[in-house]
Amino acid sequence: MPELIQSSKVSTITKTNDFVVKFANVNGSGSASANSMFAKAVFRMGIPISPHNIFPSNIQGLPTWYEVRISEQGYLGRRGGVDLIVAMNEQTIGKDIASVVPGGYVLYDSSKMLANELLRDDVTYLPIPLKDICLTEFEKPAQRQLFKNIVYVGALSAFLNIDFKVLTGLVGDQFRGKEKLILPNIHALELGHHYASDNFECPLTLRLEKSNKNSNKILMDGNTAIGLGSVYGGATIAAWYPLTPSTSVVDSFGKYCKRLRIDPGTGKKKYSIVQAEDELAAIGIAIGAGWNGARAFTATSGPGISLMQEFLGLAYFSEVPIVLFNIQRVGPSTGMPTRSQQGDLLCCAYASHGDTKHVLLLPSTPKECFEFAADAFDLADRIQSPVIVMSDLELGMNEQICDPLNWDDKRLYDRGKVLTADQLEEIEKYGRYLDTDGDGIPYRTYPGTHPEKGSYFTRGSSHDSYAAYTEDGTVYAEVMDRLALKMRTAVNYLPEPEVSETTTNKLAMLYIGTTASAVNEVLDNLAKKGITMDTMRVRAFPFHDSVAEFIENHELVYIIEQNRDAQLKSLLKIECNTHEEKMHSILSYDGVLITAQFIEQSILESMQKLDASGEVPA
Amino acid sequence: MSYISKPKFKHPQMRTNDIGLTRRDYEGTLTTLCGGCGHDSISAAIIQAASEMSLQPHQVAKISGIGCSSKIPSYFMSKAHGFNSVHGRMPSVATGANIANKDLYYIGISGDGDSASIGLGQFCHIVRRRINMLYIVANNGTYGLTKGQLSATADIGSKTKSGEESQFDSIDMATLAIELGASFVARSFSGDKKQLVPLLQAGLTHKGFAFIDVISPCVTFNNTDFSTHGYKNTWENNIALSEIDFVPMREEITTSYAPGKEKEITLHDGSVVHLHKTGNNYDPSDKENALHHINAYKKQGKIATGLLYINQTTSDLHELQDTVNKPFNSLGVQDLCPGSEALRDINSTFR
Repeated sequence: MPELIQSSKVSTITKTNDFVVKFANVNGSGSASANSMFAKAVFRMGIPISPHNIFPSNIQGLPTWYEVRISEQGYLGRRGGVDLIVAMNEQTIGKDIASVVPGGYVLYDSSKMLANELLRDDVTYLPIPLKDICLTEFEKPAQRQLFKNIVYVGALSAFLNIDFKVLTGLVGDQFRGKEKLILPNIHALELGHHYASDNFECPLTLRLEKSNKNSNKILMDGNTAIGLGSVYGGATIAAWYPLTPSTSVVDSFGKYCKRLRIDPGTGKKKYSIVQAEDELAAIGIAIGAGWNGARAFTATSGPGISLMQEFLGLAYFSEVPIVLFNIQRVGPSTGMPTRSQQGDLLCCAYASHGDTKHVLLLPSTPKECFEFAADAFDLADRIQSPVIVMSDLELGMNEQICDPLNWDDKRLYDRGKVLTADQLEEIEKYGRYLDTDGDGIPYRTYPGTHPEKGSYFTRGSSHDSYAAYTEDGTVYAEVMDRLALKMRTAVNYLPEPEVSETTTNKLAMLYIGTTASAVNEVLDNLAKKGITMDTMRVRAFPFHDSVAEFIENHELVYIIEQNRDAQLKSLLKIECNTHEEKMHSILSYDGVLITAQFIEQSILESMQKLDASGEVPA
Repeated sequence: MSYISKPKFKHPQMRTNDIGLTRRDYEGTLTTLCGGCGHDSISAAIIQAASEMSLQPHQVAKISGIGCSSKIPSYFMSKAHGFNSVHGRMPSVATGANIANKDLYYIGISGDGDSASIGLGQFCHIVRRRINMLYIVANNGTYGLTKGQLSATADIGSKTKSGEESQFDSIDMATLAIELGASFVARSFSGDKKQLVPLLQAGLTHKGFAFIDVISPCVTFNNTDFSTHGYKNTWENNIALSEIDFVPMREEITTSYAPGKEKEITLHDGSVVHLHKTGNNYDPSDKENALHHINAYKKQGKIATGLLYINQTTSDLHELQDTVNKPFNSLGVQDLCPGSEALRDINSTFR
């Protein structure tokens, strides 16, 4: 009865290229590819989008959501609120309909009557008999189920004014090589499109218009970019244990290795992927390989990081290069495995017992995931220590718009200080841990280099400059001091913070990683209220001196992060000799990406409070 | 883990091997283990085995975990790189090292605490992965460095110096290795160099995962008359299933044996293992038979030693994964980096 509902003349929101569409599905129902087809169609129309998966830790039957923010202005953070819901999940339909903003739309499967209590008088319903259409049009049970998703995408194309040719092009791309699937998919899209245009006034007041904002942009997820960056960075060995949300890092590495790392002459592989028995073995394999001169990595998430602690201490103390990708999820313990957080900063920065410190790289876009992944291998070899790339589920598993990936063909791998047989010939007495250059970084050798010189004993026990066991406290302390110096040297090789600074601003925001997606929107909104702020996005740990200077140069710095305990602020307090009272925390830790709205409100509230107490830096 | 270096003096008339090295060139630092420790005999056997085989010491990588056993790599081949890793995790480090460079000899040294308790999982999985290496467990049934606790290989009823009796069934590393697919499994006794040396040589030459469980008595904590891992019990109850000779590939085989008295096993590089039968018709190529013999002897309180099982036709991990012949650690940017043009194509698939 679409006419009935249409005639109710509910007032609707009118927006072009600036709204949120959310899909509520049951996981395992085949909705993911249909939903991402929708997102990609909008992307191909030149309009910036940011899709977010909110999915359960489950194979089949639990609720899953896919939220697409469409923003001509290029605001890629989550906005909050839903303008159009595609309500396909009976378990959650009540909440889903309730999440729609007044004036918004509800697309649902009208093969079954909607319960009375689900009717709101401030939203417009878009009933489509998806199940009935598919029962009539498709024969196989699996198709009848799967094509419901494609039919609603077809309907959306009429409702929102998606260029139909863009959709059919996507189907062609998606099923290249499986041509017989193309026609039924296009048929399903047409069914939805026709039903919508025949029964409703299309397009709606929410609509899309072609734009040009995405020229030369790509839409990629961070884990794909990390896998690819590892191929480009020269990794030959991936050792891992499956763990959400890090699994797709190794999937990506494997996929691109199959394509790009086969020796043309022999057909043999220039890579090895070992699915280990657990995370301990995974990092152990990476360490064994790193020690023996091959570039190796492991990818994991919080629970894996906890298991890897002992080995991280070994790699730090015995100075073995390895790369570790931590795709953070919500802890503690099993936590929320399919939600995102920046909650592993402290346990990675100082992983393992005793005095340790590790280099962290903090990417915020897929492009940076690619670059930091490749750089991490050079860096690990350069400093002979673990390098941990700290992504998170949000960045790792959601597609994001970014600039295309680049590679400079003149770039060589920096294998760090490794002595060849000829160089060893020149040396009177080789000492594995001698600080010859005064930068804390000693020279290493690969096993098998020279018949007489260069061998040494790698150990996690206390050792002297010649790698011999020692219990001499003075010698031990010298080694520890050199390792501290090495970490200070490492800062020179780390990516500098990204800063936007004026000489007049007294207020600033400091943040890392995925928080960046909300910042341009926060700045624009605050500017409308007459508040301007400087920003610093920190990209690595240990921090550059410029981080402390930035804090010193402002009267109030909001440290924005996605965890409960202000771990970034803690690191700043520990590592930067700066005024603690200048740092004010904004913390979001509900497992979904921090929103601009939340940051803006937190800032405004805190400024009011400070204002009342007379402390506000005017 | 000794920090005492040995004198470098060499007698001018010391015998040299085929590559001009003397026994001295295969030695390590001075041992810091207890006098009479079985582990020192293992170091000595490795030195003899490697020197007779004319291995290039620098072509060997020695990897261990933690414990008395894991100190052994310090006491042989100082010219080889060594890696004393963390407790129970030698198998993973050895796996990574082997994948990085397939061209070295890998000797993994572990103990019963290291491999049968904390590292049992890693042990099982390195066997499954068929890493081409020699894995030695110096098995004394006790935790030495922590002063004499029973280990998981201590036989039920076996007693330590303090009188503590093992109440639990023991883990037999050799049968476990056979069950899990190791292609070379042997057991020996640190006090029987005549048997241990050729087993080490065959194990080093074998392509695939070679495992030797070496009963290696702990003189300080587990050498009582009531310990099944002590010298007395091992001397008295060790039954060699066959006597073994190792003939390296380069030596012409001139010795001849009376037919029926011996079995020849040719390893992948052409080296030959001769097994002289000891009257029990033992066939080490039969997995079920091997398990049957070991368990049958065990029931009688006997320890079956010698080459227990061999399958010289299996593939190692590199073959299974079909990796390039060049070691990974020698591949450079030209070999590994696909370049900007390939990246442009990849970018286009994300538009």
